[in-house]
Amino acid sequence: MRARRKPFADQVFYFIGYFLLGMFTLAIIIPIFYVLVASFMDPTVLQNKGITFDFSKWSTDAYRRVFENRMIWVGFRNSIIYSVSFTIVSVGVTVLAAYPMSKKDLVGKKIFNTFFIITMFFGGGLVPTYLLISNLNMLDSIWAIILPNAFNVWNMILARTYYQSIPAELREASSMDGASEIVHFFKILFPICKPIIAVLALYQFVGMWNSYFDPMIYLNNAEMQPLQLVLRSILIQNTPEPGMIADIEGLAEMAKIAELLKYSTIVVSSIPLLIMYPFFQKYFDKGIMVGSVKG
Amino acid sequence: MKKNHCSNKRLQYVKKNWQLYIFFLLPAVVLTFIFKYIPMGGILIAFKDYNAFKGILGSEWVGLKYFERFISSPDFMRYLLNTLKLSLFGLLWGFPVPILLALILNRVRREGIKRKIQLLIYLPNFISVIVLCGMVKIFLSPVGPVNSFLGTSTDFMSMPEAFRTIYIASGIWQGAGWGSILYTAALSNSSQELTEAAVVDGANVFQQIWHVDLPAIKNVIVIQFILQAGNIMSIGFEKAYALQTDMNIPASEILATYVYKIGLLNGDYGFSTAVGLFNSIINVILLVFVNKVVSKLNDGQGI
Repeated sequence: MRARRKPFADQVFYFIGYFLLGMFTLAIIIPIFYVLVASFMDPTVLQNKGITFDFSKWSTDAYRRVFENRMIWVGFRNSIIYSVSFTIVSVGVTVLAAYPMSKKDLVGKKIFNTFFIITMFFGGGLVPTYLLISNLNMLDSIWAIILPNAFNVWNMILARTYYQSIPAELREASSMDGASEIVHFFKILFPICKPIIAVLALYQFVGMWNSYFDPMIYLNNAEMQPLQLVLRSILIQNTPEPGMIADIEGLAEMAKIAELLKYSTIVVSSIPLLIMYPFFQKYFDKGIMVGSVKG
Repeated sequence: MKKNHCSNKRLQYVKKNWQLYIFFLLPAVVLTFIFKYIPMGGILIAFKDYNAFKGILGSEWVGLKYFERFISSPDFMRYLLNTLKLSLFGLLWGFPVPILLALILNRVRREGIKRKIQLLIYLPNFISVIVLCGMVKIFLSPVGPVNSFLGTSTDFMSMPEAFRTIYIASGIWQGAGWGSILYTAALSNSSQELTEAAVVDGANVFQQIWHVDLPAIKNVIVIQFILQAGNIMSIGFEKAYALQTDMNIPASEILATYVYKIGLLNGDYGFSTAVGLFNSIINVILLVFVNKVVSKLNDGQGI
């Protein structure tokens, strides 16, 4: 059979479609690429000419300044501590709660469900929550940013949906062997549910790593600031850490370096993400399948 | 008599399965109660002259004083409109892009290229709000690359009229790729055989998309729309606040940032809580309304 020529309408579609897709992809690559290249520029060259591929004009000075700054490291350390602890607590509480909620015959299921779901749509708001945290003496403590959002209803629904796709006979069988619910959960269910747990862990880790609002209002101690708050003062408030530009003379020079430092800070702060991204991607499809099931 | 028997059975179930309640559910219930329900009780502050020494319950009632003050202030309409416009236009421009991306991606036949494009367009989703806004500020600064490309030195970040465009465009840049994931999954689940049948019938790509692809993702579209439209008033604080400058406040001050400023920066707890409450009540009303409308249009199927 000879290959049929594609209809004209198809050619129009592919032309426009690929063009739009190409534009969108380029729009994503170009800014990221620009930041990466600009971070290696000499500050004066960057200000006068923008980026150049004349490698003799490249320098790693900005990186030296970033790495020599103590606050960046403090921020990294704090962010790792917060994100890891939050992920463990949050995913733990969430996948545990999802298990009984996945059972058809759980007594009180409706009540629990309503109790949880309401919080998705209505809450006390900023000030009442802040006053509660303050009354619990949790200001300036790691618990203030970990506990309030540890239980995530939406993630519970995702985990519950996943459990429900597992045949109930599994529990019947383990129950015959005399396994309690706790033993069944950890010995049998947990290993099967690794994909959903990995996806939830990914969401929670990235969420905590990238958040700045809760740390901003609950953590005033500079030593406790996560990376995002350090970045905020450099990128948004335009005030680089004093140590970074202390040796520079002249305001104009300082401003140039401060601008350059923004690029290198962005790159440095994104390194963990870039390292983890390839590991993430195999979970994308699975996460999507889970996420696309209607709660 | 029968009811009694029934509740006995339920009690027996709970006794037999106590682990389900104590070990599995209790942590979540305790956390939800403390950190979600107690603050809901704290909403009383919105009707009281809050005094830290007397506590929430001991403080004087002031009725609807804060609501009257808010609604009669000139800021009220401005902040409400800023909030609504930012999220409505965001929804209007942002909602179709992921669908479009998924429909086109679905037609890319070379698996390798498709995969590479997907990895690229998902990436911005993992960039933090701070880094995203930092990049926006660098690129749009008067001496930044956008201005040197245009040969101008406009300070975009100080222009109130540019704020919404910046906010929405950067939102699409960051979120549209990741948003297409759901639609891509729904498409890859369903349409292979139907598409082949349509091709045999001589349908062109537009007809295939209209008759096969769109029906396949219709449900996902409906759910996504309800979820996003219902969240119109809960538009994020983090990004608006990070993109705010003293100059673009007329467009960038939304209810969420206002609540933060009067509440935590100025310490006007009662007033701030009242504004926050106002915001979340509208949000709930919107959600119920959108769900009703959509389920009517969608043959009785809401969320």
